[in-house]
Amino acid sequence: MPFIPHTLDDVRVMLDTIDVPALETLFDEIPPSLRISELPALPDALTEWQVSRLMTERAAELSQPLCFLGAGAYEHHIPAAVWEIAGRGEFYSAYTPYQPEASQGTLQVLYEYQSMMAGLTGMAVSNASLYDGASALAEALLMAVRANRKSKSKRVLVPRTLHPFYRKAVRSIVHNQDIELVTLPYDPSGGHTLKEALVPYAGQDFAALVIPQPNFFGVLEDVDELTDWAHRHDLLAVAVVNPTTLAVLKPPGEWGRTGADITCGDGQPFGSPLNSGGPYFGFLCCRKELVRQMPGRLVGRTVDLDGKPGFTLTLQAREQHIRRSKATSNICTNQGLMVTAATLYLSLLGPHGLEQVAAICHANTRMLVELLSAIPGVSQIFNRPMFHEAVLKLPHPASEILDGLLARGILGGFDLSSEYPELGNALLVCATETRTEADLRQYAEALAMMV
Amino acid sequence: MLIFDQSRPGRQGVIPATAPSEALSGLPINLRRTKPAPLPEVSELQAVRHYTRLSQKNFSIDTHFYPLGSCTMKYNPRACHRLASLPGFLNRHPLAPESISQGFLACLYELQEMLREVTGMHAVSLTPMAGAQGEFAGVAMIRAYHVAHNDHARREILIPDAAHGTNPATAIMCGFTVREIPTDVHGNVDLATLRQVAGPQTAGLMLTNPSTLGVFERHITEIAAIVHNAGGLLYYDGANLNAILGKARPGDMGFDVMHMNLHKTFATPHGGGGPGSGPVAANARLEPFLPVPRAAKKGEHYHWLSEVDCQQSIGPLSAFMGNAGVILRAYVYARMLGRAGMGRVADYSALNANYLMAELVKAGFDPAFPQRRASHEFIITLKRQAKTLGITAMDFAKRLLDLGYHAPTTYFPMLVPECLLIEPTETECKEELDGFIAAMRQIQQEAETSPDLVKGAPHHRPVRRLDEVRAARDMDLAWHPASES
Repeated sequence: MPFIPHTLDDVRVMLDTIDVPALETLFDEIPPSLRISELPALPDALTEWQVSRLMTERAAELSQPLCFLGAGAYEHHIPAAVWEIAGRGEFYSAYTPYQPEASQGTLQVLYEYQSMMAGLTGMAVSNASLYDGASALAEALLMAVRANRKSKSKRVLVPRTLHPFYRKAVRSIVHNQDIELVTLPYDPSGGHTLKEALVPYAGQDFAALVIPQPNFFGVLEDVDELTDWAHRHDLLAVAVVNPTTLAVLKPPGEWGRTGADITCGDGQPFGSPLNSGGPYFGFLCCRKELVRQMPGRLVGRTVDLDGKPGFTLTLQAREQHIRRSKATSNICTNQGLMVTAATLYLSLLGPHGLEQVAAICHANTRMLVELLSAIPGVSQIFNRPMFHEAVLKLPHPASEILDGLLARGILGGFDLSSEYPELGNALLVCATETRTEADLRQYAEALAMMV
Repeated sequence: MLIFDQSRPGRQGVIPATAPSEALSGLPINLRRTKPAPLPEVSELQAVRHYTRLSQKNFSIDTHFYPLGSCTMKYNPRACHRLASLPGFLNRHPLAPESISQGFLACLYELQEMLREVTGMHAVSLTPMAGAQGEFAGVAMIRAYHVAHNDHARREILIPDAAHGTNPATAIMCGFTVREIPTDVHGNVDLATLRQVAGPQTAGLMLTNPSTLGVFERHITEIAAIVHNAGGLLYYDGANLNAILGKARPGDMGFDVMHMNLHKTFATPHGGGGPGSGPVAANARLEPFLPVPRAAKKGEHYHWLSEVDCQQSIGPLSAFMGNAGVILRAYVYARMLGRAGMGRVADYSALNANYLMAELVKAGFDPAFPQRRASHEFIITLKRQAKTLGITAMDFAKRLLDLGYHAPTTYFPMLVPECLLIEPTETECKEELDGFIAAMRQIQQEAETSPDLVKGAPHHRPVRRLDEVRAARDMDLAWHPASES
C-alpha cells in the first residue's frame, strides 16, 4: 500500500491492543447514515512510474516559449545552490517552528531573512512573510487602517498604476471590513501618478496612500513627493515595490523626508520559479512603532537558560492562535520554504550580484524598447524613466500580435486592453537578465514581420 | 553565527552576468540607492555550508516522528516533489495562454473533480493559498450569500470553544461578530446552547469534524438542522479531513462550504511554515460565490473561469491562481492513492491513533475523553502529573525533544488543562509508535524520580529553553550593520 507501512501482523496486534475486531469498528461513532463505502468517481490508483509518465507528458505539452511577459511574475536565473539547499528534507518537511529548540535552523533562516529585507527596504522590521504580493498589500492596508491614529477613516488612496490584479485581490480581502479603495488617475503622458491627482483629496480623511515603485507600467513614480504629500495630510505611506529594484533604487525607508511607513511586495524575483503563479511569498516591512500592528510570524533573537543566543517566534500576542477574534489577521502559516530560498538567493548574490541583476534587467528592457520602437507603427507610450517593463503602442490589437508571436515561440507580453482600454492597442513588455541580445533581436524580427 | 558575521567586502557567491557600467544611467539620480544594500558578501561554499548546517538543527518529518495534533504531519512523497518540479510546470508563467497550458489545466481540473468526490460537494476552487485563506474564502462566501439575499441582519458566526484560533479571526476578517458555543462533557457541541442562540442574526456555524478534541461530532445531522432552520449556513473546517477520508463526507453531513488543507490531508510539505494550499468546496447553493480563478473543461479543452464568468464570485485572493506548485503535488498524491487509497488513509490514521491511545492508557496516562473512540488524533491530559509532581505538559514536550521525538501539540485545545494533542498519521510504522510510547513511559518515570531532568529539558538540542519574555521585550528582530547599530 503506498505510504502505509503496516503489515498484516501489525494490524492484528494493534487491533487486539485497541480491543476491536476490525478497522471498520474504529469508525463506529460516525452515524451509519453518513458512512460511505466507496468513492466511485475517483480513478484507479497509479503507480509511481505511471504517474511519472502522465506528468511528464503533461509537462511536455507546455512548450517553453521565449518569455517577455512580466506583469508581476518575473523569470530570473535561480542559482543551482538555492533549491539544492532549500529542498533539503530538514527544511522541506519541517513544520512551523513552534518548538524553538527543535527548529533553530528554520528560525535562524527567518531571522536572517527579516534582516535582509529590513536592510533592502530601509525599514526597521520585516515579518517572516505572507502569502503573496497582493495579499500582503491587503494586510498592509488593514494594518494601516488600524495603525493610523490620526485618521478615523477606512478609506485608502490607490493609484490606477498599481497592478490591476493586486487591486482586485485587495478588494476581495478587505471590503468585508468596510475598507474603501479610492482610485487615483495617472498622467497619460508619463504613466505615473501626478501630485495634482491628489489635490482633490487634500483635507479629506484617508488612512493611507499606496505608492507602487516601479508601477504596473514599469514606470518610476515620484516617490519622494507622494510620500511627503501623504505625511503632510496625515496618511500613512504604503510602498509596494519589486524587490529586485531595491539593489539600485532608493529604499522606501528613505522616501521623502521621513520614509514610507509600511513596505510590501511580492518576493517571487528572489528565488521562486514562475510556477504558474505560486508558491511565491509576500513581504511586509514597517517602522518599529508599528510592529505590534503587524500580521504574520516574527522571529526574534534571545538567549536560552544558559545564556546562549537562540531564536524564537515572538510577539505572538498579535496572532490568531493566542488572540483568536482579536488577532491582527487570521494568517498562521506563511511561505517559509520560499523565504528559505530567498535567503539563499540573496546570500549567494550579495549586494553586488543583486545590483548586477537589476542593472542587466534595466539595460535589456531599454534595448528591447529601442529595437521594437524602431519598427514602424510601434512606439513607447510613456516618456518617464522605467525599470524593467515598458508599455508599447501597436498598430493592431495586442491579442492578435501575441497570438502571432506565440506561433513563433515568443511570449510577447501582457495585453493591456481589458485593464486599460484607454491606452488602445497597448502591450506591456519585460526583459530580465535571462534574455540575451539575440533573444531581443529575435523578438524584434518576429514583430517586424507581423506589423 | 549569522551569515552576516561571515561577510567580507568584495566577496561574491554567484555572478549573474556582468552589466555594462553605464547600464543604470537611465535611472534618475534622485531615485537611486546611495549605499549598497546591507546583504552578506560570502562565497557559494560559505552559503551552502552555513544553510546546510542550519538545516541540521531542525526536526522534520524526514528525520523525526512528528505527532503534532491537528497538523497531519504525514510523509511528503518524493514523487510528488519531483513531478511538480518538472521544468514544464516550474517555468510556466502564470499568464501563459490556455493554448499552451492544457496539461497543467488538466491536472487542476482533475484535482477539483477528485476533491468534489471526496468531500461530497458540488464545486471546488483551488485558489486559496493556505488553510486560513480557504477559511476566509468560505466565510466570505457565506457573507456574500446573505448579502445577495438581502439578508443583512445575519452578522453573527457561531464557533465552538474548541475551534482553531483561525476560525474566530477569520469571522472578524469577514466583518462578522463571533459567538462561542460551549462543549459538553463528552466533547460534543452543546446542543441546548446552540438551539438557544441560533436565530435571525445567525450567518453560519464553523465546525471542525472530527473536532479538535479528537472525536467525531455525533450530532452533526441535528446541528445542521438547527443552523439551517435558523436560516444560517454551515462551514466545515477541513483541518481534520484526514480522519474521515473515504469514510464520510462533509457534503453528506449538511455542510454548505468547506476548506481543505492540501498540506495536511494531501501530503504536501509544510516547508518550515508554508507554503500551504487551502482549496474551498461548496454545495450548489454556494457555488456561484467561489473565489476565482477556477479550472473548467469544455469538450476536450480546458480553460479558466474568471470573475467575468462568475459574476457573484467573492473575487480573486491573490495576484494569480494561488499555490500551483503545491496543488500539483497534491494532484500526484491523489492519483497515487486513487479510489481505494483514500479510505486507507482514514483506516490507518485511525488505527495508529487508537493504538497509541490504548498503549498510553496502559502506561498510566489519562485520556481527555476515555469513553470516546479516537479519530485520527486524541488528547491526553497531564493535569494529574502537574498537580502531584509539578511536571507540566510543556515539560513532557521538551523532554520528548531530547529523546528524538517532536512534541505533540501542547495546550490546544485550551479547554483541556495540561493537554497534549497527539496525531501520529497513517505513514508511521508500529515500531516508531512503540518507540514514542517507551519515551513517554521513560519521562513519566523521570518525572517521579528526577523531576529536574524533565523540568530543565531539553538538554541535548542546539539550544535549551529560550527566554521568550526577553525576546518580546528586546525585539531584536533584525541584524543591522555595525555602523547603524
